[in-house]
Amino acid sequence: MSAVKNKPASPTVRLVRESAWIRRILVGIVFLYVGGLILLPLGALLVGAFKEGLGAILEALTQPDVMAAFGKTLYISLIVVVTQAIFGTIVAWVFVRDSFPGSKLLNALVDMPFAMSPVVVGYMLLLLFGRNGLLAPVLAPLGIQVAFALPGMIMATMFVTLPFMIRELIPLLQNFGVTQEQAAATLGANGWQTFWKVTLPALRWGFIYGVTLTFARALGEFGAVLVIGGGIQGRTETATLFIYRALDERQYVGAYSAAILLGLFSLILVMATDILRKMEKTRYT
Amino acid sequence: MSDTTAIQPGPGAALAAKTRRERRLPWGKWAIRTAAISYLTVLLIIPLLVIFRDGLQEGIGELVDQVTQPVAWNALKLTLWTAGVMTVINTVMGAVTAYVLVRYEFPGKSLLNSVVDLPLAIPTLVTGVMLVVLYGPQAILGSWFKESLGFSIIFAPPGIILALLFITFPFVVRTVQPVLSSLDRVQEDAAATLGASAGTIFRRITLPPLILPLASGALLSFARAIGEFGAIVIVAGNIPMFSQTAAVYVLGEVESENRLGASAVSMVMVAIALALMLVVDFLQQRIQKESS
Repeated sequence: MSAVKNKPASPTVRLVRESAWIRRILVGIVFLYVGGLILLPLGALLVGAFKEGLGAILEALTQPDVMAAFGKTLYISLIVVVTQAIFGTIVAWVFVRDSFPGSKLLNALVDMPFAMSPVVVGYMLLLLFGRNGLLAPVLAPLGIQVAFALPGMIMATMFVTLPFMIRELIPLLQNFGVTQEQAAATLGANGWQTFWKVTLPALRWGFIYGVTLTFARALGEFGAVLVIGGGIQGRTETATLFIYRALDERQYVGAYSAAILLGLFSLILVMATDILRKMEKTRYT
Repeated sequence: MSDTTAIQPGPGAALAAKTRRERRLPWGKWAIRTAAISYLTVLLIIPLLVIFRDGLQEGIGELVDQVTQPVAWNALKLTLWTAGVMTVINTVMGAVTAYVLVRYEFPGKSLLNSVVDLPLAIPTLVTGVMLVVLYGPQAILGSWFKESLGFSIIFAPPGIILALLFITFPFVVRTVQPVLSSLDRVQEDAAATLGASAGTIFRRITLPPLILPLASGALLSFARAIGEFGAIVIVAGNIPMFSQTAAVYVLGEVESENRLGASAVSMVMVAIALALMLVVDFLQQRIQKESS
């Protein structure tokens, strides 16, 4: 990657003169801020966990309840990612290519999960699906358990991850326009072929980014699954809920190790996408 | 409409294909539209309506009573002022970071650029754990702060602000950055030729187009901060009337099965989030319009 050197922002001679000192001070302030705010705590967590040695970390992570918790997190996240990838694409397409009364308002509302407290999200679902919830008279006779079970936790995670896929795809769909699709249709492609061979490849990066962000957010979801799932050990305990319980029980090695693993997982996911994108960019330019 | 065009004879291959497509579209279009609307209704609209219904069930008077109870009221006040302080710091530092990333070349620039996105990838609960490890009562830095400055960060409001700053850092940077890099610098050069000082140029030419993205990024951070839970529940200590935020208050009320209190404060939080996000949406549409 080091071969990819950034070009200077502007090769021409600038007429605006900024003193070199202002530049140095501003760059220094930014490095101090980012270092102190983001990198220092990150380092502290790594040091904190490795203080006990790698053996202790591995032992803490291979406890059956920890492995089960991570398994639940992965299971929920995968279901959410697949659903969101399908419906997110549909919703984004409708927002860009279709308009109906109320579509503008609906478009604005899609960002709501972003600003809503996860606790409130869990509580909303509890009001619908809980023991005295609105849907209890329907669900109870059918024997369907949503609250304090996986279905509720999946719904909660779907709610909080709703905007990511849609927001990644909308600008790409807008830029892409209909001309290429029309060209494909002119050449005799049917709607389905046009979508698979023309539209989808153009959306590729938005799609990949959307999936990555959805996945990372789903892995880290905590408040909403805590309220709707209850964090019942062995049944509805995800990785984040395990960390919360371990901190409460003062099992610090377990909590820190699980926090690092979860953080690394999301981090690698996002970084890998970034690197892939850069590699593709350098190949084609 | 598509029927009449379909009858017209031989309008060329392209148009024929287009009409063929249009004639077939309505069915598929309706199916897709229905799928999208149903998905959003079930997942988004119904839960949102339920919270308003439950909050208003006992009337406005009861809602006001619940929200103005000392513990609930203090939780809301704490949430709002810590989010406010964070927003001011984050807006300034986000703007400086975006400026440095767009305008300057320096070693470590691409690293800095990727670190900006780090908070988006790290679960907020993990953020909370990191801050406790660094500034907690047993940590070196934490005890140093306590002894030399006389106040603690963790289990107190400063910890909340710090956690919020961490989580919202990308928002202002990433809304300002694209607008700043799309600015045509010819205007700045023209002003310089006419004898304007660097300060005047920044104030009169560079800053004005950045006001909208700054406002949008600031409101976005604020809205995100109001609801933050994962990092705060670890960092704040959750002492009622002192370091308990609204989200943590709602959790407590849900756990003690106080439905009235939980619904009232939840509804207020949702209403604030809704208002803020509608403004952000409006600002972002303005930004898009101005850039095109």
